[in-house]
Amino acid sequence: MIAINNYLALASILFVIGIFGVFLNKKNIIIILMSIELMLLAVNINLVAFSTYLNDVTGQIFSLLVLTVAAAEAAIGLAILVIYFRNKGSIAVEDITEMKG
Amino acid sequence: MIVVSLLFYLFSFIMIASAFMVILSRNPVHSVLFLILCFFNSAGIFLILGAEFLAFILVIVYVGAVAVLFLFVVMMLDVEFKSISTSVISYLPIGMTIGVIVLAELMLVLFTWKRDYSVTDSSIISKDMQYSNTEMIGLVLYTDNILFFQLAGLILLASMIGAIVLTVNHRPSAKRQDINKQVERDAENSIKNIDMKPGSGI
Repeated sequence: MIAINNYLALASILFVIGIFGVFLNKKNIIIILMSIELMLLAVNINLVAFSTYLNDVTGQIFSLLVLTVAAAEAAIGLAILVIYFRNKGSIAVEDITEMKG
Repeated sequence: MIVVSLLFYLFSFIMIASAFMVILSRNPVHSVLFLILCFFNSAGIFLILGAEFLAFILVIVYVGAVAVLFLFVVMMLDVEFKSISTSVISYLPIGMTIGVIVLAELMLVLFTWKRDYSVTDSSIISKDMQYSNTEMIGLVLYTDNILFFQLAGLILLASMIGAIVLTVNHRPSAKRQDINKQVERDAENSIKNIDMKPGSGI
């Protein structure tokens, strides 16, 4: 078997790429949502790797729940994005700061 | 064995490269397509790990539903594809700092962490009992973790209602069916006799 450290390194690199995506993108909020999906995918890889190496299937159940929450979050986020675009005509992140809570 | 290692490194390499392309490509449609590639490769990694059920769920639910939803929204919003180079440069220092700190912390954990062998085999179902992966998940999901299963369903219901409530728009000009009006309609009010003379219009 491949050592578990490889999976953990892969997951941490993917997570950091997701953080980069959240910080570097100021024009397009869809990219930020996709970066959050990448971070959740990294968490899933960790959960499944530990589940396999510890011989315990509970990690995969948790991974399933993370997938559920990620799907719900994507649906709600995209719905908010659509109504925001309908009102403002743009989805630039810098313009959203003028909402003021 | 060597084949599995090669496959793992192939999947990981493509996955990391496509994740970079997700956050760096200018066209959001390309970003979504690279996200799909990333999900496919992580499904391959799940298959290497022996989690077949999650691998196929990832392909079916993520690639089939969530990524296509992203694609629909990206194409529907019709965002102009501005150059992101200026914003990337202005936010690079803070992003780089935070990214390097997080990566350093994760790597410190990774290379100093020792596995605690005393916590193994905590599950009642282990790989030795000739079950397939899907059977194992089913045996645990519907018994020990039934509360989480129900909560997941509740979360999905709430998000579905939320998304519909947020995006529905009522236009007064749209023609809709009014059942009361239809039921109340009768022959006396809707039919009238007109005595027409030959050669003239109404």
